[in-house]
Amino acid sequence: MSVLAWTYLFIGFTFALYVSIAWLSRVRDTKGFYVAGQGVPALANGMATAADWMSAASFISMAGLISTMGYAGGVYLMGWTGGYVLLALLIAPYLRKFGHYTVPDFIGDRFESNIARLVAVVCAIFVSFTYVAGQMRGVGVVFSRFLEVDINVGVIVGMAIVFIYATLGGMKGITWTQVAQYWVLITAFLIPAIAISIRLTGHFLPQIGLGSTLITNDAGMQEIYLLEKLNHILVDIGFDPYTATFVGKWDKVNVTLVALALMVGTAGLPHVIVRFYTVKTVKAARWSAFWALFFISLLYLTAPATAAFSRYFMIESLNGKTAQELPVWFKNWEKTGLILWLDNGDGKVNYSAGQDNEIFRSGNIPTRELTNITQAHNQWLTSNGSSGTEGRTILRQAGLSGPDRDIIVLATPEMAELANWIIALVAAGGLAAALSTASGLLLVVSSSVAHDVYYRIINPAATEKQRLRVGRIVIGIAVVIAGLFGIYPPGFVSQVVAFAFGLAAASFFPAIVLGIFSKRLGTIPAVCGMIVGIGFTAFYIIATVFFQMDLWTFGVAKHGVDPQGIGTVGMLLNLIVTVSLKQFFPEPSMKTQNLIDSIRAPETTSS
Amino acid sequence: MENNNIQGLLKKYWNQNVLIMVILLSLWALAGLGAGILFVDWLNLFKLPTTGFPLGFWFAHQGSIIAFVLLILIYCLLMNYLDSKYHSDLNRFQNNK
Repeated sequence: MSVLAWTYLFIGFTFALYVSIAWLSRVRDTKGFYVAGQGVPALANGMATAADWMSAASFISMAGLISTMGYAGGVYLMGWTGGYVLLALLIAPYLRKFGHYTVPDFIGDRFESNIARLVAVVCAIFVSFTYVAGQMRGVGVVFSRFLEVDINVGVIVGMAIVFIYATLGGMKGITWTQVAQYWVLITAFLIPAIAISIRLTGHFLPQIGLGSTLITNDAGMQEIYLLEKLNHILVDIGFDPYTATFVGKWDKVNVTLVALALMVGTAGLPHVIVRFYTVKTVKAARWSAFWALFFISLLYLTAPATAAFSRYFMIESLNGKTAQELPVWFKNWEKTGLILWLDNGDGKVNYSAGQDNEIFRSGNIPTRELTNITQAHNQWLTSNGSSGTEGRTILRQAGLSGPDRDIIVLATPEMAELANWIIALVAAGGLAAALSTASGLLLVVSSSVAHDVYYRIINPAATEKQRLRVGRIVIGIAVVIAGLFGIYPPGFVSQVVAFAFGLAAASFFPAIVLGIFSKRLGTIPAVCGMIVGIGFTAFYIIATVFFQMDLWTFGVAKHGVDPQGIGTVGMLLNLIVTVSLKQFFPEPSMKTQNLIDSIRAPETTSS
Repeated sequence: MENNNIQGLLKKYWNQNVLIMVILLSLWALAGLGAGILFVDWLNLFKLPTTGFPLGFWFAHQGSIIAFVLLILIYCLLMNYLDSKYHSDLNRFQNNK
């Protein structure tokens, strides 16, 4: 069977599975809709949280990102896992004990203020939409690359599927679908990694393969460690060594700030926090934090191995090859523009970091313009430079040197010459990662609007039925908006993701943690802290990303602080403002103090 | 009197909870920010025994994640033990009354 047939089969089968799960777990009350009736077992919640957390970016782009960043790619690995320790120790058990439906709900009740609640709602919606835009686009991209259909068709199919299972089953439907999606995505990620590890190093476990020696064909050749060899060949073609620390803008200050911002941001992301409301007990909330990170770590410990294997494999199988010798995977992916070869006339591929590089990607250049560039380049080649234009300079100046990072994960199965069905499985895995994250985020939007704004502020007398109807309508509208973001992607999506983490780090995390651990903290200092934290973070990111403001160095970062790391500074400002204002304002009411006591106390029954 | 003792028990529980948290968070910082970033250059002078990993690089790409999973596991076990100890203390206290 062809790759295309397998892909249709897998995608059809998994989509049918997701919709049937949703039908079986449809709900009739708001508790089921928002928190899955608080009856999800810890192990299942761990899997659902893992799928919720691992997005299209984690699945498709992260390994590619690490493969070009080398050591510094560790900020994503550490940042996106280290946050779970904060979540498990500082947030999850206490919010479960609190026992309501949303994050703004906790902020509003703890600080006895609808202003605080509204600030939290706005942040939650902003963070969720920022994130969801990338997911819907991811669905479209997977469809277009594997099924050769238009990106927009893919986005609309994705929207329809999410619409069905999110409105039918709410959190309950989403949870059980995510459990299924976890297995699809982790299988799709692990099989190619294991295969390429065996091929390069002979080791079954990619994590061990990464630290092992390469298989050599000649008996006389000396054994050499993969990482050592990778360092050598990267240096030979002008790149920095793979394991080199603190290169370029990734100095020690930036690596630390970005890793911290991602950790703290992870712990403050509303769609992850609400997952801990769905379990029965505080004990189960603790265990689900453990299972969540355990299941996440299966992918996060494998991604760095895939990254290094593919980088090595790609350079070795391209450099010095003629058009006839180029591998099949190159020819397949060349069609998508993820990788391009513009020869200098010697008929051999040369991938390097310098001016003589011949490997590029098409980026956002429209197909027609790209055809013009390649035709002009071919003319330039055949006429020996007397007519046509050299395409390499154009692409280099457009910042498109080297292959697209997504190719690392998407093409690994073909690099390892795996069977067609595994290539198709990767398509289904990418879709599972994108859909599971999208649905979790859309539910946060729905519950923030329908529960916190409609029920808690506008119409506290609403009946159960009305609230459920509003919840479903909001999630429906949110799906459509998310789809529109996917079809007409705002050009700044990738930069705005930094914003989502920065805001979560500077607003939710300090407010929630201080709300639990400082009983004396009243309303005004907390709201001031949140506003200062959000205001500062938003200002820095907007000014540097959209208005070309110079990066601030704070006297320590030579290259200026990366916008991705500014959330750490925003969080510190929030903490400083809140803690220093605390003593000048009244303590919270007796009712709130009792609430804090109750979330700190152990559960009354040992069940 | 009875109330005071229950309050005392709760306070003790909370203090032990905070102690566990502080210790585990210090280890968290040591594994992630310490070994993975701040001391990475020094650790890179060594290799993870029997492998080709420079030690600091290994912490940044593998070791820290493994440490994070273990830290949450230890937290779950300690807190569950603390919870059950609290419940048995409370029961004994109420039975002795």
